[in-house]
Amino acid sequence: MDDTATAVPDRILDGRGSFCPGPLMELIRGIRESTPGTVLSVYSSDSGSKSDIPKWVAKAGHRLIGVFPRDGYDEIIVEKTH
Amino acid sequence: MQRILILGGGVGGTLTANLLAKQLRRDLKTGDVSLTVVDETGQHTYQPGFMYIAMGGERAENLQRPERSLLDSRVNLVVGAVELVDEATQTVHLADGQRLGYDELVLATGCRIVPEAVEHFDTEAHHFYSAEAALELRHALDSFRGGTIVIGIAGMPYKCPPAPLEVAFLIEAELRQRGLREQSGLHFCSPIGRAFSIESVSEMVTPILEQKGIELHTFFNVETIDPTRKVIHSLEGEELAYDLLILVPPHKGQQFLIDSGLAPAPGGWLPTDRATLQVGGRQHIYALGDATDLPLSKAGSTAHFEAPVVAERIAATILGRDLDPKHSDYTGKVMCFFEVGDGKGTLLQFDYEHPPKPPRPNQLWHLGKVVFNKTYWHTVPKGRV
Repeated sequence: MDDTATAVPDRILDGRGSFCPGPLMELIRGIRESTPGTVLSVYSSDSGSKSDIPKWVAKAGHRLIGVFPRDGYDEIIVEKTH
Repeated sequence: MQRILILGGGVGGTLTANLLAKQLRRDLKTGDVSLTVVDETGQHTYQPGFMYIAMGGERAENLQRPERSLLDSRVNLVVGAVELVDEATQTVHLADGQRLGYDELVLATGCRIVPEAVEHFDTEAHHFYSAEAALELRHALDSFRGGTIVIGIAGMPYKCPPAPLEVAFLIEAELRQRGLREQSGLHFCSPIGRAFSIESVSEMVTPILEQKGIELHTFFNVETIDPTRKVIHSLEGEELAYDLLILVPPHKGQQFLIDSGLAPAPGGWLPTDRATLQVGGRQHIYALGDATDLPLSKAGSTAHFEAPVVAERIAATILGRDLDPKHSDYTGKVMCFFEVGDGKGTLLQFDYEHPPKPPRPNQLWHLGKVVFNKTYWHTVPKGRV
């Protein structure tokens, strides 16, 4: 079974190639625009996102579903919890 | 007749119109093509100048010119507010009842600020995202005699990502010059885990923040204002007290784009192809500038480098020729200046594939920004740079 099979994103935020404002900013935008329970997937080609995004998710109290390496980018899946 | 309709007379709309006027001059002359810009006010505003109104070095009247004066004479200008895009009939409805048909549509509709989305913003917070608000902030700074200044961001995305940090540096320099620095605390709230999204820039500015005594609060996205206790709360659950509060207001795309089914609520950002700039897979509708949902700086510079792609694609369609590979796809190019205070600045230049490598801040890049601001009217909208 694919590791994301249980977490189909409701919304994809394609932050690949984004240096300014950056993939985390895209996620924050997505979280602000979504309702609790929404699963968001962020695509990032910035290697820093693998640590930046989980840190923010933990601080903001949302749920990190996982960080998955894809072809030339990472997919980071997050559930908005509140 | 082929009808090209451009909604919005900002950087993206004006430059696209002028580039198309050059490429299609014969067809415009024979009447085989019409080219029309629709703008709500008929005035073109140089928005990067707002920050300098707040900093005391600019006046609102210098930041506006009639849109007509910037457009090629072959471009029609209609002044009016758009209410709806009817895709079924390829018609745009204006508030005054006019109906404008199109074969190629360009959405250069920018974005709008919605400070009212944060309760108590209007009575507690200042900003610099309109000429009027920037002037009010100037007055607040003039009457400031010491205390705690907090600079934060109350929504994502917002125009010009470096601007809040630039304002922090410029205010710090002003307080020092006015002899108010010792009795003032200055706090900068960053939405992410460092001072600025671009890591190399962050590494460059963090020591400057420390040296200037500006306290950095990371992972602090401003969520609510408590006017009684004079504190702001973050999305991440922290709070910070203020005497003078400067917040970037929330931004949204235009409501008529949501009403027309072109952009999803609540943000109203147009789903835009990162290379072709077509909207939601539509062959004949393009978006550029602040209106798109692309993960790029909402800045005039982005629109500046997108406009040649939109113009090239429309011209090639109308002329029935192949695309010029030089301008067929947008590469994510953005270039902007970044002020660090004390008359110094640096340059950020990047695209989808290449992160920025900013030079060490110096006076040259600060002067570059000054010159660019002064010469803007003669260069960017007319396609000369």
